[in-house]
Amino acid sequence: MQELINRAKELLADGTVARVLGWKAGDLPYNPEPAYFETAEALDEFVYNGFCGANLSKYMIEASKLEGKTLVCLKPCDTYSFNQLIKEHRVDRDKAYIIGVGCKGKLDIEKIRAKGIKGIESISGAEITDEADTLTIQTIYGEKSCAYADAMLERCHVCKGKEHKIYDELIGESKDTKDADRFDAVKAIETMSPEEKFAYFQSELSKCIRCNACRNVCPACSCRKCVFDSTKFDSSQKANVDSFEEKMFHIIRAFHVAGRCTDCGECSRVCPQGIPLHLFNRKFIKDIDELYGEYQAGEDTESRAPLTNFTFDDAEPSIVGKRG
Amino acid sequence: MQRIGVFVCHCGSNIAATVDVKKVVEMVKMEPGVVHAEDYQYMCSEAGQAKIAAAIKEKNLSGIVVCSCSPRMHEATFRKCAERAGLNPYMVEIANIREHCSWIHKDMEEATKKAVILARAAIAKVNLNTSLKPGESLVTKRALVIGGGIAGIQTALDIADAGYEVDIVEKTPSIGGRMSQLDKTFPTLDCSACILTPKMVEAAAHEKITIHTYSEVEKVTGFVGNFTVDIRKKARSVNMDKCTGCGVCQEKCPSKKTPSEFNRGLNNRSAIYTPFAQAIPNVPVIDRESCIKFKTGKCGICSKVCQAGAIDYEQQDEIITQQYGAIVVATGFDTIKLDKYDEYAYSQSKDVVTSLELERIMNAAGPTKGHLERLSDGKAPKEMVFIQCVGSRCADNRGKSYCSKICCMYTAKHAMLIRDKYPDVNVTVFYIDVRTPGKNFDEFYRRAVEQYGVNYIKGQVGKVIPQPDGKLLVQGVDLIDNRQILKEADMVVLATAIEPNPDVRKIATMLTASIDTNNFLTEAHAKLRPVESPTAGIFLSGVCQGPKDIPETVAQAGAAAVKAIGLLAKDKLLTNPCTAKSDELLCNGCSTCANVCPYGAISYEDKQVNDHGIREVRRIAVVNDALCQGCGACTVACPSGAMDLQGFSNRQIIAEVDAICR
Repeated sequence: MQELINRAKELLADGTVARVLGWKAGDLPYNPEPAYFETAEALDEFVYNGFCGANLSKYMIEASKLEGKTLVCLKPCDTYSFNQLIKEHRVDRDKAYIIGVGCKGKLDIEKIRAKGIKGIESISGAEITDEADTLTIQTIYGEKSCAYADAMLERCHVCKGKEHKIYDELIGESKDTKDADRFDAVKAIETMSPEEKFAYFQSELSKCIRCNACRNVCPACSCRKCVFDSTKFDSSQKANVDSFEEKMFHIIRAFHVAGRCTDCGECSRVCPQGIPLHLFNRKFIKDIDELYGEYQAGEDTESRAPLTNFTFDDAEPSIVGKRG
Repeated sequence: MQRIGVFVCHCGSNIAATVDVKKVVEMVKMEPGVVHAEDYQYMCSEAGQAKIAAAIKEKNLSGIVVCSCSPRMHEATFRKCAERAGLNPYMVEIANIREHCSWIHKDMEEATKKAVILARAAIAKVNLNTSLKPGESLVTKRALVIGGGIAGIQTALDIADAGYEVDIVEKTPSIGGRMSQLDKTFPTLDCSACILTPKMVEAAAHEKITIHTYSEVEKVTGFVGNFTVDIRKKARSVNMDKCTGCGVCQEKCPSKKTPSEFNRGLNNRSAIYTPFAQAIPNVPVIDRESCIKFKTGKCGICSKVCQAGAIDYEQQDEIITQQYGAIVVATGFDTIKLDKYDEYAYSQSKDVVTSLELERIMNAAGPTKGHLERLSDGKAPKEMVFIQCVGSRCADNRGKSYCSKICCMYTAKHAMLIRDKYPDVNVTVFYIDVRTPGKNFDEFYRRAVEQYGVNYIKGQVGKVIPQPDGKLLVQGVDLIDNRQILKEADMVVLATAIEPNPDVRKIATMLTASIDTNNFLTEAHAKLRPVESPTAGIFLSGVCQGPKDIPETVAQAGAAAVKAIGLLAKDKLLTNPCTAKSDELLCNGCSTCANVCPYGAISYEDKQVNDHGIREVRRIAVVNDALCQGCGACTVACPSGAMDLQGFSNRQIIAEVDAICR
């Protein structure tokens, strides 16, 4: 982390960048938050550890409008989102100085809590340079421990790999933490009967409190004006009519990001109700892969996305229909 | 609030027999905005239109809904009627209560309910309609004909004779198409070449016609009156200006083992070749796949023997970009592959041939110089069996469900010609039905039976079994005598089904012209607009639209030409005002819309916007009204809902859905 801070100070000092976009400590030991740093002194507050799950790509939409370059810290999987935003002309590559930061998987405090670990005062072993594969957790009930891998976010178990897809320089080692198939959960849902599926999503989506956290964090949900906030459409009012319409929020959101979602997993990470929202997106990704060939949004900035492209080999619409 | 009039048509009994039209009138009166509703027997008739016009004036209507047939049928009629009465034509909506309702339902109560719902949706939409004004676009006075067979040649000649420039794009090295492969033509038995080649020459010599052979359409953009087409002229490896067509190169070419496409693979051709002696242009091409020079770098004989110095191994494909006002598709047909019909032993015996192969065998310029002989041993056949409907009228999925239409007649022709020239050959025809509608057709068939003694057997052949002695054992059935037939034949001829040229799928996609499940191009209206594609400016000529014989093809080719001329004769066209529009305050500038636009109508501008006090420069989508065809692809792809289609806005469509679900 110190290497990262030092380099950031250098780049600020020589005028390469006007500000640094990273993380600072939150009010709890496990909730660092995205932050801008404009001076060397401010950078002493900079934090980067296993809890820095937040994908900073989306912040670059606004940062692209500011004077001068912004140094942005991107983890390997964040770079997919950044590429996708370049492709959609939402960020300005020339306004970003990308430091690809190392990542060995990000942590989910809920998984630690689920192990009955409560009253957390501090956590060690989450520092990115740390080789330890065990977290040591000081709690008001004494010291506890938890394997790093057991505390990882779901998305890190299906890690896209340790390669940064876009960067100006790299600092820190990354690790591919993949140990599961990302479509397993989708496949399980696909085997359900329509009634079971409906019941499943009913039960999950009924937890939604429409806090909009999923939408606000999503790098693909980058519209200047969301259809759910616009008075031009009836969708915003409609979504509030009843619980059925409310669920449509998530369905419509999934459709809007289909083919653009990089599967960064931020929606599920930030959901205060623990709804596995990423499953909707993964179903789309799986279908796209099967119908049009493997496609990873954000892999690059040039390729044409299958849903907004036409080739003579495309699946016939009737085949799509037959699959249901 | 709009003042809406609803007009419910009986369509004689077409609608009124299944839908309670009076009930529909009563029900729609309760809908918001409706100030007038009435029904009439034929709304499209003069009297019906007069009722609409009168109501518009008397009730001061601001929008109307006509509950009638498909908008494809009469939307234009009712729009014109409204316009004459002083209403903007885009304030008219059609509720299709015929095709979508009365024709497909039997229960009157249910059908009436549905008709009311459809009317309600149209009323909900018209409540949100706004007046639209079409723009104008210029017409490029030049036509493109895709395909240089008899259909394409005739269309091109007719258009050119009317004084317009025409380009023919032909995939193969010569124009002429299937007809050039035929020997004689029914029912008059004129020699095909004698009637076709003069037309080929005429087309080639016509000052208004440009022929691009060995060329393919690569890309089509634009719209009716203003198509831009990229044509790939494949490298011929022969300079067309220098070549004198002497043919020495073909004689001397050492690579002579490539199956001749023109002779259906019955003999071989050289690597440098013209498909047939009367080819136009009479300039050979080098088939680079077979050419020794291209394969190994050594040879170059053709170049050495060419006195004119026309051989050019360095020649590259060339892309020609040209503007057209109208495009005629004349891509023709091929016979189906017979791999699913193994019972006829086509792949096992050289003496089982398709009818098109028989044409080549019987043709004086064909592989046997016109002698009827078995391809296996060169012997003259004594017993010939013709099998009809091979792959046509097929009940299972192996072949085509349709009748190929030409086979009954050409088989009668073959049988007659063989019996005439070789009276000692017995000819037997197995058929399902003999179909001979057409002028002098049945007389022709009867002549084959009565005068030439061709043995017609109603019944199908189950199997053809090649025998060790080279004969073919035909197992068939005679349905009239109700008996099995075992017959030894020397040759078997399969009346193989025809299908549209497989390339037509690609061309149809480029043209956004619709095709049916059999790959035939769809007409705008099966009866009233049979030579036009539903896509404006695209016309259909010949078998690409459906099976037909030469006289029908020539007639359709002329009809397609007339339609194209009708378009080219106009100086300006009214453009469709239902175009997309981007809301600059909602647009993200993400390029999704431009990616899905099939017409290249969307571009981006960096534009200063004032978004509720925030002034900034944003990347905004801009639609070119002249290019936009109103397909709406952008509106559904736009994630922020910034793209909207005038006349079919998102709000209008949601309002329709809401009205249906109410």
